[in-house]
Amino acid sequence: MLKTIESSFREVLPRAAFCSLRFVREEDELLGVRQDVPQPAHRAEDAGAMITVIKDGGLGYAATGDLTASGLKAAVEQATAWAARTAGRGVVDFSKVVFPEPVAEYEGPEEIPWESVPLPEKLDLLAAECGRLKRDGGRVRERIVDWSSMLWRSRVETLYLTSGGGRVHQRLSYLAPDLRVTANEKAITQHRTLGGRGYCRQGGMEVVDQVGFREAAPRIGDEAEELLSAPNCPSGAMDLLLAPDQMILQIHESIGHPLELDRILGDERNYAGTSFVRPEMFGTYRYGSELLNIVYDPSRPGQFASFGYDDDGLKAKKTFLIEKGILKRGLGGLVSQARSGIGGVANSRACSWNRPPIDRMANLNLEPGSSTFAGMVASIRRGVYMKTNCSWSIDDSRNKFQFGCEWGQLIEDGKLTTVVRNPNYRGISATFWRSLRMAGDEATLEVLGTPNCGKGEPNQTVRVGHASPACVFSNVDVFGGE
Amino acid sequence: MQQYFYDLVDYVSSGLKGGEVLLASFSGEESDFVRLNRSAVRQAGSVAQRYVTLELIGGQRHVKATAGLSGDAATDRPRLDALVADARERLPFVPPDPYLLYSTDVRSGERVGGNTLPAPDATLDAILAAGKGRDLVGILAQGAVCAGFANSLGQRNWFRTSSFHFDWSFYHDGDAEGPKAVKSSYAGFAWDDAAFRRKVDAAAAQLEILSRPARTVPPGNYRVYLAPAALAEILDLLAWGGFGLKAHRTKDTSLLRMIEGGQQLSPAVTIRENTRDGIAPNFQPQGYIRPDAVTLIEGGRYRDCLVSPRSARQYGAEPNGASESESPDSFDMDGGEVPSAEVLQRLGTGVCINHLWYLNYSDRPACRITGMTRFATFWVDGGRIAAPLDVMRFDETVYRVLGSNLQGLTRERDFIPNAHTYGGRSTESARVPGALVENFAFTL
Repeated sequence: MLKTIESSFREVLPRAAFCSLRFVREEDELLGVRQDVPQPAHRAEDAGAMITVIKDGGLGYAATGDLTASGLKAAVEQATAWAARTAGRGVVDFSKVVFPEPVAEYEGPEEIPWESVPLPEKLDLLAAECGRLKRDGGRVRERIVDWSSMLWRSRVETLYLTSGGGRVHQRLSYLAPDLRVTANEKAITQHRTLGGRGYCRQGGMEVVDQVGFREAAPRIGDEAEELLSAPNCPSGAMDLLLAPDQMILQIHESIGHPLELDRILGDERNYAGTSFVRPEMFGTYRYGSELLNIVYDPSRPGQFASFGYDDDGLKAKKTFLIEKGILKRGLGGLVSQARSGIGGVANSRACSWNRPPIDRMANLNLEPGSSTFAGMVASIRRGVYMKTNCSWSIDDSRNKFQFGCEWGQLIEDGKLTTVVRNPNYRGISATFWRSLRMAGDEATLEVLGTPNCGKGEPNQTVRVGHASPACVFSNVDVFGGE
Repeated sequence: MQQYFYDLVDYVSSGLKGGEVLLASFSGEESDFVRLNRSAVRQAGSVAQRYVTLELIGGQRHVKATAGLSGDAATDRPRLDALVADARERLPFVPPDPYLLYSTDVRSGERVGGNTLPAPDATLDAILAAGKGRDLVGILAQGAVCAGFANSLGQRNWFRTSSFHFDWSFYHDGDAEGPKAVKSSYAGFAWDDAAFRRKVDAAAAQLEILSRPARTVPPGNYRVYLAPAALAEILDLLAWGGFGLKAHRTKDTSLLRMIEGGQQLSPAVTIRENTRDGIAPNFQPQGYIRPDAVTLIEGGRYRDCLVSPRSARQYGAEPNGASESESPDSFDMDGGEVPSAEVLQRLGTGVCINHLWYLNYSDRPACRITGMTRFATFWVDGGRIAAPLDVMRFDETVYRVLGSNLQGLTRERDFIPNAHTYGGRSTESARVPGALVENFAFTL
């Protein structure tokens, strides 16, 4: 199929400064068991291509699921018409943006292919772990009222072709396992999950064991019941120890999105929002304490958003965005770099063939520090340990935030003590990271991500990866539920 | 595309083997998207996409498969052959599903709107003219959206609408203290230049007020007016698990305290899923036809749930046309007694909130919601707009906002089509009044 598409593309190239074809084929399968009953097994496959044409300084695109020669020819004509229609009316003269034309292959890891494990075996695994959320040996967790397990697998193949001979072929496999329970007693309902679906990785069935899917169910079930009888999280300014499955949300919302150059340029102001970060801050702005080191790292094997080249053909490599607390670079692809004059990275990405690439996060990681988990707990006189994000809200400048977690535990005089429910905290991005007092060591680091980062007009949902150690923040405004 | 879909289903159905049943759903669109920033084009193009989801049923076993279609029968027929063969191969390996339920009552129908859309050049010219000398940012989406259902029992349903939705903001250029903008939208089926200009002029007038020095207020409780778009955001969050039977029976609904704790909203609050007056299809993937309306909250009390076929089977209820998510597509909230023209006067001194943003539960069982003000929020003094207000975070329960602290709902309601385009262009909508609320808690 790829050869046919490539030869068709070469035949229908328009007279234009630049033309590209981005083919995407995605296969998904969703298997789940809820309350011990397998849910309808669902497979999906999708394939299509986006043609992009730059002509007379205008840029147009056309996306089609018709991959026949005539389908691609029609798409080229549509894209050319859009380029003509918008020439001289664009945010930039696109003919002055130099798109690379690389020739490369990239393949992500997949040690145990999804298909190599028979369907009944996968359903048995899901049924066993689903059951262990509700029952522990002979003991039934009576207050667990809903329980489920899930495996969501995807395989994505892309082919990027350019009019100048560029050809990048990439193949990536993903697995997102999930466990979740709902516990209830009268008017109190509490949830626990496997990291809020954060335990997603690139790879095959080996990911199941990498993320502890076979061991987590009893703990998740017990913790949900424990939360029902826990007191509400107390209110006040105190130290906050965040587990990696909350740190990823904190990084995502209050570092990742504010550093996107398209936000800073204003593209997202009507929908996802702008940024409190201004162009002049790059190079000098103190974003956080000396312990804050943030990298864009698409090279980490197995992380959820690793890849070789972005969707504009730019080669991806590990880059520091914040080093020892100082803001260095933004998250912006070729077009945003050309428009802003600010250094960026290879992060121009589209969710599929039917949406144009925009600035996205990919893997955005906080580098580990030197503190042990025990040392961090011991350093806190009065504080809360929070795990697993369940609520997120932040203003359109990515500044005033409020986040909530599934699980909280008080830290008193250097020891973990009472479990508390409905733990929430709020702060302001521009100052919050300066209160980073301790960054956990490699032993506390977890490689996580999310399948659902939404942004863009038209809207797009992409996979992003985040790796982070546990971290301590000082003097944070913490509070509980009603 | 309607006949193409029906022909494909006939083709696949003709190959079914003894006792097999096929359910098929279609979604597709041919859309133009023009994205703008600073009154210039950022990205512009067209998207043609078509998807079919097949559900192959053999006894109590079933599997689902979704595929993108090219629109070319020579390509799509073999693709669907392979899809069905794969589904058939998997069928014996999935256990019988005790909660499988689909409609066997054949109820065909169609709702097909005409196409009166202008050429994209004309729309783009009008938009760029409106942005001249101003900072305009937003998205134009226009074209045809289709949905279909067909099964091997002979049922056929089709929905097609050709519409446009221009969702945009004007920003004022002195935003050193933080971004300030007026948000507006113009949506419909036939572009009317005069109507568009009225929208532009109204937004431009608000932009003038935004140029005044902004006011900052400390956290605390304030008397507020929530404009329809702001109240629609609250309802949109409630749609996330608030009204479904599954959420209800698993105690996961955010309205849990209405069921377990004896809580009520104001008697003025009545909320429905109003399919008849919405813009969404009236059928769902298992072939059930939605009733004209389902009353969710009536006179402040929880009334009916949205019930998918699966939940119906599991919990012994009747399905009422809901899809798997059991969330409303066509919200409809009753208006009240307050004339919109008197809103600021009735507010007196307080905050006029035109939009809310990024809502989430801060305590789901208590239905406590946090979120931000966004776009043209004003401090009102003596019944007059005095100054724009910097963005504020709120944290409030729905039981106070639409219950004990609700002072009144506007008589007039706004119809708000959903601008979302995740996966495809939304056909969801809300018809909502504005709300006067006292002691609304700003926290940051």
